[in-house]
Amino acid sequence: MAEFTTLRDAVADLVPDGSVVAMEGFTHLIPFAAGHEVIRQAKRDLTLIRMTPDVIYDQVIGMGCASKLIFSWGGNPGVGSLHRLRDAVENDHPRALEIEEHSHAGMAARYAAGASGLPFGVLRGYMGTDLEGLTNVATITCPFTGEDLRAVPAINPDVTIIHAQQADRRGNIGMWGITGVQREVALAAERVIVTVEELVDELSVTGPNHVVLPSWTVDAVSEVPQGSHPSYSMGYTTRDNAFYTGWDAISRDRDMFAVWMQRFVMSVDGFDDYIRARDAGALLEMVDV
Amino acid sequence: MSEMGYTTDEIMSVVAARHLHDGQVCFVGIGLPSEAANLARLSHAPNVILIYESGTIGTSPEVLPLSIGDGELASHADLVVSVPEIFSYWLQAGRVDVGFLSAAQIDRFANLNSTVIGDYHDPDVRLPGAGGAPEIASAAGEVIVMLRHTKRAFVEEVDFITSVGFGVKGAGREGHRGSGPSVVITDLGILRPDPSTFELELVAIHPGISVDEVVENTGWELQIADELEVTGAPTSEELSILRGLKERTARAHAG
Repeated sequence: MAEFTTLRDAVADLVPDGSVVAMEGFTHLIPFAAGHEVIRQAKRDLTLIRMTPDVIYDQVIGMGCASKLIFSWGGNPGVGSLHRLRDAVENDHPRALEIEEHSHAGMAARYAAGASGLPFGVLRGYMGTDLEGLTNVATITCPFTGEDLRAVPAINPDVTIIHAQQADRRGNIGMWGITGVQREVALAAERVIVTVEELVDELSVTGPNHVVLPSWTVDAVSEVPQGSHPSYSMGYTTRDNAFYTGWDAISRDRDMFAVWMQRFVMSVDGFDDYIRARDAGALLEMVDV
Repeated sequence: MSEMGYTTDEIMSVVAARHLHDGQVCFVGIGLPSEAANLARLSHAPNVILIYESGTIGTSPEVLPLSIGDGELASHADLVVSVPEIFSYWLQAGRVDVGFLSAAQIDRFANLNSTVIGDYHDPDVRLPGAGGAPEIASAAGEVIVMLRHTKRAFVEEVDFITSVGFGVKGAGREGHRGSGPSVVITDLGILRPDPSTFELELVAIHPGISVDEVVENTGWELQIADELEVTGAPTSEELSILRGLKERTARAHAG
């Protein structure tokens, strides 16, 4: 059963150094608050997994918490590069980062296999690409039709961290809208931490594609309102596109990045302080937007 | 803005939109493809079905999404499904007529690179990576490619094959379900693969653009079609719909 706890305790207890961690979300419901907590607690040597590593992984990588990244598309969506990720890959700054990359279809198949308790997923993919010779993919032959297909190994993270709209009093998790691979990555993981916008008496069905994770598939639940900022939680918050655009300038410069992280992540007590700084218009003070 | 009364980006979007037909099912990449696909939907192809890899199917956003997972896409969709489902039940199963892609590099045989410039293990530029592109390029019935025409983008051989067009040295598409890139639309003109050699050939130039200009901006010895056409200029209606969409989008994204 899910235990209600603070995010600080959940990350301290469930994310030891060296863990294989998936903080998922497909541009919606990104667990920023939890990512900040990982950074504040100075976790080290994490293997990060995410289909679309975006600004939160840029921050985690830029602060030196990760030694490996498994991904399929790493960018600032609609804006451009992740400069901290690039600095790690191109210049080993602040430390070397091993990368393993796939296609989205391959990563989705890997998570679905992990959730299914199978050793690999199967798809028509990668054929003829340079990814084939480079990454963790193999050719298999369909035993029924003889067709050549591709196999990709299951992903089973030590810890999955996601953000959702609601949890009820028993710890059942409700989310809707673009839910990406969150159900698969939760069911594939050894341990699951969920932050939610709101604790409710009963989960409400207010949007498309309503997905429920029952309490007994989750380990820790923390209420963190606006915990996906600058991403969004459909029905609760809207995407802060100006922040994503402003992040380009903040993250481009090593020193500016360090100052920003110190001020808004390292030296605050928790995500509430960050949201107060956001409300005061402080987050983008350093850049012209 | 050129003296023609439109920008190079605008003619690229308008021409790309014209290649999308009413009722087609289109898997849309973010950026220029998204702009062109929505222009088609708001003009001559009101029943085009737009799918984004975030799992939004049949979506009709009022403003262009900044990211592939904007709430705008989810709240205006016929349905929203998970990411494993969009790639397996919808794309891989062959339900997509047209894939609409962009890239950082394209080569003579329409292979696309969105992974790295330079050596993979010691890259000059690390690009975002594959995303959904390899399987869109493989499984969609056909692929429309859009990118700005420069010598850096149009290269003899891409540094990394992220998505297969017609393979290394035009080896072909064995094993792929879709027929591959049918057209490449740039800010200078239109290229199509030769049906037998698969080599991209210049088939049209945009108004006011010279063949020399296209050749100079292409990193291989470009074949020119015997009957080279000149693209029809964007109409005032096309431009007004496109500009309206972009103005609404800019207002929405300013927050």
